[in-house]
Amino acid sequence: MTQTHRPVEGNSAEGNIVIAHHVHQKAWKWYDYFTFNVDHKVIGIQYLVLAFVFYLVGGAMAVAIRSELATPNTDLLDPALYNAFMTNHGTIMIFLWIVPAAIGGFGNFLIPLMIGARDLAFPKLNALAFWLNPPAGLLLIASFYFGGAQSGWTAYPPLSLITATTAQSMWVLAIVLVGTSSILGSLNFIVTIVNMRVPSQRWDQLPLFCWAILATSVLALLSTPVLAAGLVLLLFDLNFGTSFFKPDAGGNVVIYQHLFWFYSHPAVYLMILPIFGIMSEVIPVHARKPIFGYKAIAYSSLAICIVGLFVWAHHMFTSGTPPWMRMFFTISTLMVAVPTGVKIFSWVATLWGGKIRLTSAMLFAIGLLMMFVFGGISGVTLGTAPVDLHVHDTYYVVGHFHYVLFGGSVFGIYAGIYHWYPKITGRMLNEKLGVLHFVLTFIGTNLTFAPMHILGLQGMPRRVAMYDPQFAYLNELCTIGAYVLAVSVIPFYINAIWSWTKGKPAGDNPWNALTLEWTTASPPAIENWEVLPVVTHGPYDYGMHADDHAEDHPIAAEPVAE
Amino acid sequence: MQGSTIDPSGVPFESSVSAIASETSVSHHEGHHPDLRVWGLLTFLVSESLMFGAFFATYLILRGGAAQWPPEGTEVELLVPTINTIILVSSSFVIHFGDSAIKKNDVAGLRRWYIATTIMGAVFLAGQVYEYMTLGYGLTTNIFANCFYLMTGFHGLHVFIGLLLILGVLWRSRREGHYSDQKHTGVEMAEIYWHFVDIIWIVLFSLIYILTLF
Repeated sequence: MTQTHRPVEGNSAEGNIVIAHHVHQKAWKWYDYFTFNVDHKVIGIQYLVLAFVFYLVGGAMAVAIRSELATPNTDLLDPALYNAFMTNHGTIMIFLWIVPAAIGGFGNFLIPLMIGARDLAFPKLNALAFWLNPPAGLLLIASFYFGGAQSGWTAYPPLSLITATTAQSMWVLAIVLVGTSSILGSLNFIVTIVNMRVPSQRWDQLPLFCWAILATSVLALLSTPVLAAGLVLLLFDLNFGTSFFKPDAGGNVVIYQHLFWFYSHPAVYLMILPIFGIMSEVIPVHARKPIFGYKAIAYSSLAICIVGLFVWAHHMFTSGTPPWMRMFFTISTLMVAVPTGVKIFSWVATLWGGKIRLTSAMLFAIGLLMMFVFGGISGVTLGTAPVDLHVHDTYYVVGHFHYVLFGGSVFGIYAGIYHWYPKITGRMLNEKLGVLHFVLTFIGTNLTFAPMHILGLQGMPRRVAMYDPQFAYLNELCTIGAYVLAVSVIPFYINAIWSWTKGKPAGDNPWNALTLEWTTASPPAIENWEVLPVVTHGPYDYGMHADDHAEDHPIAAEPVAE
Repeated sequence: MQGSTIDPSGVPFESSVSAIASETSVSHHEGHHPDLRVWGLLTFLVSESLMFGAFFATYLILRGGAAQWPPEGTEVELLVPTINTIILVSSSFVIHFGDSAIKKNDVAGLRRWYIATTIMGAVFLAGQVYEYMTLGYGLTTNIFANCFYLMTGFHGLHVFIGLLLILGVLWRSRREGHYSDQKHTGVEMAEIYWHFVDIIWIVLFSLIYILTLF
């Protein structure tokens, strides 16, 4: 017996339950995925597909930016268009790729399955939250007709008040839409995880991904409205003649920075916490070992959530921040490294002595460990005010956050896709293409973003279309790396689309995993369970109940009639 | 989405959607969580509080940086807002009587008290509009006026939404047995939201009106 493969018995009014483990009540048709569907699994897939579409859009912008930067002069994009690409690349990648994929996609698909529920608490609200995203993306793309928002993804006034104001207003509305979506989604996750766990699942049997999504949701719930407030003020300044952020009329630009970073710093934890959750699922399964320090990982998610709310001003060390504030925010920033380190060491300790299977999911997870440690350490240096004062707004910052966002979040999303694709589609992904995808991605990431640290230390500013010829060589390397990254998605998209219908059938539990979602059919039936599961063991108890579960032979594909 | 599964306890599983949309006590998850919607509302209100908190913080920082607050020509009037405050605070008690009534299965009482709340809320909004019309300055006059109109206007919008919720309860309560001493989550939610709007107003009133006296 793992967590459960044995349906509930004995407490039924009728006495006997017919086990219809593999019966799909009704399958969703293709057009169900394009309508206002309230099933959490459909919504999860909608989020994932939308995110992967916008990943290509944002990626194409990145390729354009890097092509422009291949040479010191502006010979491909005019500066206004460059700024618009730069702004929308950042905006799309954060708000329409990582957040919807990690929280919306995996969160929606997995949370009810992992806690033995039939759906989220508020299915209609969930669908509404998803459908706020496509119009947001369309607004961003349509803004190019008006020149595109050019202020960078931070939209700092006064710059955002003087460049392409119509496009900037569209940008603001798009962010308000995704922000609303995020608040509604978080609310749903919190209520669901707290109230709707199957009665037999204790808090310490909750999969770590659920802990991560719970922490993420609390963070989003508390920080997103503050950004919304800042954006409302910006919208009024842009369109209704107010002067909240116009210093010459009594306004104050630094207030915007505070409101913005009160959300946007926690936003990096919004992006990485669900990924940490994915890591905590992928690593023990593919290393065949109980996770090391379950409670430490669960609590460190909550610690990151709390400490993460008190570090925002480390983005503002150069904004006239007084020294006492720099000190406070340096210390609080460095404190975030502690719970993060707890997680990293727990994963390494889980790998230690494990029976590691180098599946594509595991490759991406191990790749993430390497990249994230590198990006985390450059983050520690940046979080200290004295260093930040020197490298602020240079390519060092760009290198750092791409290591944590690409090497962290994107690798994590890939790991999650390789891990849960069999559950989502009922088919396996092709492992050879997966390994090719990983190798290209790994090389591309390092080639693109490692030289940026050196460029930054040498003094190359970020957000410029033109630069001094002394930086040309390293920029060429970055551009080549970007092309490798662009190529790397090709095997992945081919694999994902082809395997959806033609892949090897996966069975219910191809990885012999112990969390609840693997106890239902692949893909799960419409209401997830014929009979709600009973949790008898922890989600990562590999090899701890030798009689109940054998790790070396696959679990019977057919339900055991008992 | 209409599921027809039989769960182990033999209770037909109600589709989550219909269970949540209706006032039935059979809730989503095996029937033990009638308060899911209240949980959802409270969580949402935490979020709303932070949004108002951000506006309050902005207001205080702008005030701290200003030479004179409020500037010449944009002084606040106290009479109408004070009356308004008394009305809104009292309405929080009135709406609570309505909730108490339905807990004693007194639908007529519920309707009476909720209609009274509606009138008080409408008077509050009318008072706010009257105040706007008589102040003699507009949204864009200066930074104080920016804050004043944005914050009171944003709160007024929330009062309006609260009124819609109460009207929704009144509309549904016409139906025999829609609300009873067993089923009154919708009534409770409207009440909670109304209290929230009231609390925000007390902070807003203190910040904008009372503190400008000093």
